[in-house]
Amino acid sequence: MRILAGGAITGVILVLALVSLVWTPYGPTAIDILHRLSGPTEAHPFGTDAFGRDILSMIMVGAQNSLIVALVSVALGSLIGIPVGLLAAARGGWTEEVLMRGADLTFAFPALLTAVMITALRGPGAYTVMIAIGIFTAPVLARVTRAAAGVIWVQDYARAARALGRGKPAITAIHILPNILSVLIVQITIQLSLAILAEAALSFVGLGAQPPAPSWGRMLNDAQTYIYTAPFLTLFPGLAIALAVLGLNMLGDGLRDAFDLRA
Amino acid sequence: MTGYLLRRFGSLVASLVFASLVVFIVLQILPGDPALVILGPDARPDTLAALRHQLGLDLPVWLRYLHWAGGILTGDFGRSTAYDAPVATLILQRVAVTVPLAVMAMLLSALLAIPLGVWAASRRGAVDGGIMSVTQIGIAIPDFWLGLLLILLFAVHFALLPAGGFPGWWHSVGGSIRALVLPMIALAIPQAAILTRVTRGAVLDVGVRDFLRTARAKGMAESAILWRHAVPNALIPVTTLMGLQFSFLLAGTIIIENVFTLPGLGSLLFQAIGQRDLVLVQDLVLLFAGLVILINFLVDVLNAVLDPRLAARQA
Repeated sequence: MRILAGGAITGVILVLALVSLVWTPYGPTAIDILHRLSGPTEAHPFGTDAFGRDILSMIMVGAQNSLIVALVSVALGSLIGIPVGLLAAARGGWTEEVLMRGADLTFAFPALLTAVMITALRGPGAYTVMIAIGIFTAPVLARVTRAAAGVIWVQDYARAARALGRGKPAITAIHILPNILSVLIVQITIQLSLAILAEAALSFVGLGAQPPAPSWGRMLNDAQTYIYTAPFLTLFPGLAIALAVLGLNMLGDGLRDAFDLRA
Repeated sequence: MTGYLLRRFGSLVASLVFASLVVFIVLQILPGDPALVILGPDARPDTLAALRHQLGLDLPVWLRYLHWAGGILTGDFGRSTAYDAPVATLILQRVAVTVPLAVMAMLLSALLAIPLGVWAASRRGAVDGGIMSVTQIGIAIPDFWLGLLLILLFAVHFALLPAGGFPGWWHSVGGSIRALVLPMIALAIPQAAILTRVTRGAVLDVGVRDFLRTARAKGMAESAILWRHAVPNALIPVTTLMGLQFSFLLAGTIIIENVFTLPGLGSLLFQAIGQRDLVLVQDLVLLFAGLVILINFLVDVLNAVLDPRLAARQA
């Protein structure tokens, strides 16, 4: 049930993003000063912003931005975090201690702080946000991977493989990884939803995608300027963020139930 | 217990040193020439040389680090280039907004979440399902969007509370509290949604439904067994999560200050970035990271006090 609802919501966002690659009702940056700050009408179902740009078109293109940033940053975090977690679980001892302490320390830097530091060096932008969220995602996946892999390492079949003389890298590939895949899929889904939330927050404060590239977070920032004259502007970008996050969260929870994992 | 606390304190110090090294390397060494970052590529060579000297960039790297880190230990955070004022003074002015806001939001979220989570855990069916659905939505709502919606409803539509700004505590205590009400709610609701779920899970894990069945069988009041036995046993994961959530809350506070134009540490941070004030950025990032590390240390200590077995196991 939840898996279906979550999948459906995520699917809608995905389709919006894909369709926007080839078609949007209006150009997402097309300025139409005569129809600026128009409320929802037949021509513009979500209304227009201060430049007369069509909100629906901007939200569709903004979905691309949110999804790409989320996918790249979580991929980056997974590529760092999962190997670190696997290594920590396989080696144990001081290797594990050092790696997990490192993960704890990285966790003390919320994506916002990392983004602030990168922005101070190189300026804001989608790449800044991807790196910052990726760095924040890595320790979470490292911890989850190590915990799940640790459980498999003490199973009889892993011990038997060890006793038969198989090396730790081979056991990790043959026994550990396939058995923790469901845990990782659930966690990655949850991280995607957190990444969308973080991207929105970072572009809201101007650290993310720069104008004129539409992003949901910055649309909300623009909307705040006109909150007295055009309150409807605040509605749709926020709904888009909330729906994307809700969909991925429900999908993650549903997958967790389907895989019969404990929360 | 003492041994555990001492070791935990040692790792706190190590973490703080490590965090300061990361911040220093990223903001002082990676840019190559911080003076060039501050002044931009069009700066004149003599201005650059003067700023380098003023920032102490002509000293060896390790000396610069020791100078900065040692200064912080003695309360000297260096000078902001943009404000031309001691960073410590700037931070002290702003702390009076950020800290009360973050603490009030944390308290409000705990006040909402712990009773709701316990209630959900102790009831099957509609109550549990309803609370869980509401929290699912609460988690998905970005706090800054909630802030905008609250402004729309309570400031624009009903004109009950201010949409932004801060009069200052010495100027008007009532006005200052009113200014923090909406940002506090915007921060607390999404946090409360997560905390409710964790509280529910933790209370279920200690077997609250068995406790309640026993209580009913013995003819005891359900609330007595709930609050005297089930909830205290479930507190460890709840306090641990509150510690972990603090880093999200801090990030949220920085952003929410932007929404409500509150003159706190968050807006100071964004002004510092805008003005390429590297010293100020460096100090503020370390301050925030240090706070996250410190809070998690305090949570570990609190957990060890709540449940001495934890300390014994890790000693």
